[in-house]
Amino acid sequence: MSSRTVEFSIYRYNPDKDDKPYMQTLSVELDSTDRKLLDALVKLKAKDDTLSFRRSCREGVCGSDAMNINGKNGLACLTDMEKLESPVVLRPLPGLPVVRDLIVDMTQFFKQYHSIKPYLINNEPPPERERLQSPEERDELNGLYECILCACCSTSCPSFWWNPDKFVGPAGLLAAYRFIADTRDQATSERLDNLEDPYRLFRCHTIMNCVDVCPKSLNPTRAIGKIKDMMVRRAI
Amino acid sequence: MSIPIRKFDAVIVGAGGAGLRAAIQSSEAGLKTAVLSKVFPTRSHTVAAQGGVAASLGNSEEDHWHWHMYDTVKGSDWLGDQDAIEFMCRKANECVIELEHYGMPFDRLDNGRIYQRPFGGHMSNFGEKPVRRSCAAADRTGHAMLHAMYQRNVKVNTQFFVEWMALDIVRDAEGAVVGVTAIEMESGEIVLFHAKAVLFATGGAGRIFYSSTNAFINTGDGPGMAARAGIPLEDMEFWQFHPTGVAGAGVLITEGVRGEGGILRNDAGERFMERYAPNAKDLASRDVVSRAMVTEINEGRGCGPNKDFVLLDITHLPPETILKRLPGIREISIQFAGIDPIKEPIPVVPTCHYQMGGIPTNYLGEVVVPQGDNVGVPVSGFYAAGECACASVHGANRLGTNSLLDLLVFGKSAGTTMVEFIKNHPAAHRPLPADAGDYSLARVDRLNNQKDGADVHATRLAMQRTMQNHCGVFRFKDLLAQGVSKIMDVAADVARTEIKDKSQVFNTARLEALELENLIEVAKATIVSANARTESRGAHVRDDAPDTAERPDGRDDKNWLKHTLWHRDGNRLEYKPVILKPLSVDTIALKKRAY
Ligand SMILES: Cc1cc2nc3c(=O)[nH]c(=O)nc-3n(C[C@H](O)[C@H](O)[C@H](O)COP(=O)(O)OP(=O)(O)OC[C@H]3O[C@@H](n4cnc5c(N)ncnc54)[C@H](O)[C@@H]3O)c2cc1C
Ligand code: SF4
Ligand code: SF4
Ligand code: FES
Repeated sequence: MSSRTVEFSIYRYNPDKDDKPYMQTLSVELDSTDRKLLDALVKLKAKDDTLSFRRSCREGVCGSDAMNINGKNGLACLTDMEKLESPVVLRPLPGLPVVRDLIVDMTQFFKQYHSIKPYLINNEPPPERERLQSPEERDELNGLYECILCACCSTSCPSFWWNPDKFVGPAGLLAAYRFIADTRDQATSERLDNLEDPYRLFRCHTIMNCVDVCPKSLNPTRAIGKIKDMMVRRAI
Repeated sequence: MSIPIRKFDAVIVGAGGAGLRAAIQSSEAGLKTAVLSKVFPTRSHTVAAQGGVAASLGNSEEDHWHWHMYDTVKGSDWLGDQDAIEFMCRKANECVIELEHYGMPFDRLDNGRIYQRPFGGHMSNFGEKPVRRSCAAADRTGHAMLHAMYQRNVKVNTQFFVEWMALDIVRDAEGAVVGVTAIEMESGEIVLFHAKAVLFATGGAGRIFYSSTNAFINTGDGPGMAARAGIPLEDMEFWQFHPTGVAGAGVLITEGVRGEGGILRNDAGERFMERYAPNAKDLASRDVVSRAMVTEINEGRGCGPNKDFVLLDITHLPPETILKRLPGIREISIQFAGIDPIKEPIPVVPTCHYQMGGIPTNYLGEVVVPQGDNVGVPVSGFYAAGECACASVHGANRLGTNSLLDLLVFGKSAGTTMVEFIKNHPAAHRPLPADAGDYSLARVDRLNNQKDGADVHATRLAMQRTMQNHCGVFRFKDLLAQGVSKIMDVAADVARTEIKDKSQVFNTARLEALELENLIEVAKATIVSANARTESRGAHVRDDAPDTAERPDGRDDKNWLKHTLWHRDGNRLEYKPVILKPLSVDTIALKKRAY
């Protein structure tokens, strides 16, 4: 078992005692079993318990530990230490208010998610058994339903940085399309109305940052494109 | 000491599958409900469930709830309560269909119905041959389910308190539960939630072990709080070790992989499960497969340089099947084992996975405790569901896909029972005791002022290593006894932990120290209960209770067909009978368990 020392430069800010944020240099000894960035962070925290970050599943499904890693948004638990250049520079997700260290205030992000009515709307009385859906119809939801709401995408999107209160952002729009694409959902036109606005949908300028960072390899840009197409078709 | 108070009809602690399902009942009934969660609801560990949720829908072949019930009783090694098991299996179809109506993106069959796959221990016709009973959304069933239920809660306007950690239960002089204390992570403020009823759905405590498929947040807070409030914990010696955790990382590889045709092999490439379970083979019950694997490893037939794992092989499956039905597993294998399972087998070892025991409840979701001659008296105003609770449907060993079902059925039933209780007691809230909240404030105070104390990280590690080495897949009389005293030493350290970080805003060091105070209660309950149970049953297998003609598999129904109740006070144990009488059908008679 070989061990090696890795250097970090980490954004620190504790509103209880710091006037302003600063970058702190830290280092940690890693074993060969410490494969992921999250393993390294846990070790760093064992040495200095004031270092603050969110984490839970440690397997890339809960969306807790999104952060800016060497300039790019990603999940600490899915980032290989081996592939990171030293020193590893860690910052909180850009564009959201910082609560403390690597922990950001996600209120605005979730507000936008909630604004698209993220639930199935079908006002017919439910049948006794399942609503039927063919495998092909179900396949339409692939690449949409897997989103873990980590916010890597929205917080790398310039349009979201400038208008977090008005632009739904890639994660929210992906969710909107997830329901539009569901054959069981009956609210397509209401959903399109909800996005018919110069900001909510149309602030997306197809810059593709979102696609580039999504740790689940989802493609919000494509979903946004499909919603835009539907708007156009509806207008004709 | 004084503490801010907020008033609700109901407080639900936990927003995983069980808490969210209960919250739907409460919100739809129009009660003023607060749902507290340590993490944003969709980050709860239900999100990690992969394989599926059981229901005898019979979409692919004939199935029946009675067969499901039989399998569950047998899987539980007869320690499950048969009334609760009948209740769960009969409600399964209704609950899964409801979930579909909420928008759950289940995979589909050509005829448009929900896709079902085989899973360990689920058989047709009372144990005859494997049946397709697990309703799945690829290998992301938990994720799809948790999001669908969160979304439903958004629709019915449930009020969430996200990143709030409940600290302690508040009971009045008569023992009724009248609220909980909780800390808001962002501000560090401690608040008392005054309620007519409290429902716990805090999930599992797999983090008592060193190697676990559980999330960091699975720290047994519900059982910890209950134990501190004088409520015993049931059957805590029974922990499921899942056969297939990724060697080294602990991340789960679902049994659905074997359901889709995956095969376990030893270093000679042999399909060794044929020797241990000639019928069910790789799809035998989890405890059986885990022990077979450990036996292979112990007898020198493990793989790798240290011969310390076996291989899960799906290289013979068509790549399309893997990409369509097991995409998440492929991702996990690439991420955490560094191999692509289309080309190479996955290194796996049995890993701590699921807590069968918990806060004792009946099938209505009421928390029940012994009182005089009655072994199950409801604690007024207190409900529990999901992995933190013990209904008991899983008994000594849970069948895969029965936990997600447990969340749906008992989340709903506990929620419904709680709603009825509140509606039938429209009067004002029961008054709070004068010292309500003092206990929690004192705990946090102690932590803030501790000098020369024990390190949280090191203490937790000592607990996890002790549990792993002294109370694992196979248990040994001497090691258990030593383990009890080691864990009591660790508990003494937990009582004097020290943190460097004393600040208020999002102090995760403080939260981890408080979580450790819950973990240690679960660890004590587990090892003390395990040390006392001198038989082998389900997941609990001891060297001094071997397989004999008189006691097949070491199970001793004469002396041990009973539930353990561990009391924190004095580390005391008592026992209560297993409910062998179902609600409507005949008892499923005791039998040796063979697959
Ligand atoms: C990797 C993995 C795969 C699995 N796959 C399957 C499967 O395919 N099929 C199946 O049936 N079962 C499966 N299981 C088991 C099943 O997923 C779990 O038993 C189940 O999801 C637990 O749900 P829960 O609602 O009880 O708890 P959780 O989902 O763990 O939720 C607990 C909730 O309680 C909250 N909480 C905890 N403590 C506090 C506190 N002090 N204050 C406030 N909130 C608190 C948390 O924030 C969280 O919201 C799997 C388990 C694992 C680990
Ligand atoms: S493609 Fe659109 S949503 Fe994605 S980053 Fe660019 S502007 Fe943002
Ligand atoms: S789309 Fe991808 S990056 Fe964006 S929130 Fe979902 S999972 Fe995260
Ligand atoms: S810890 Fe859950 S996504 Fe990384």
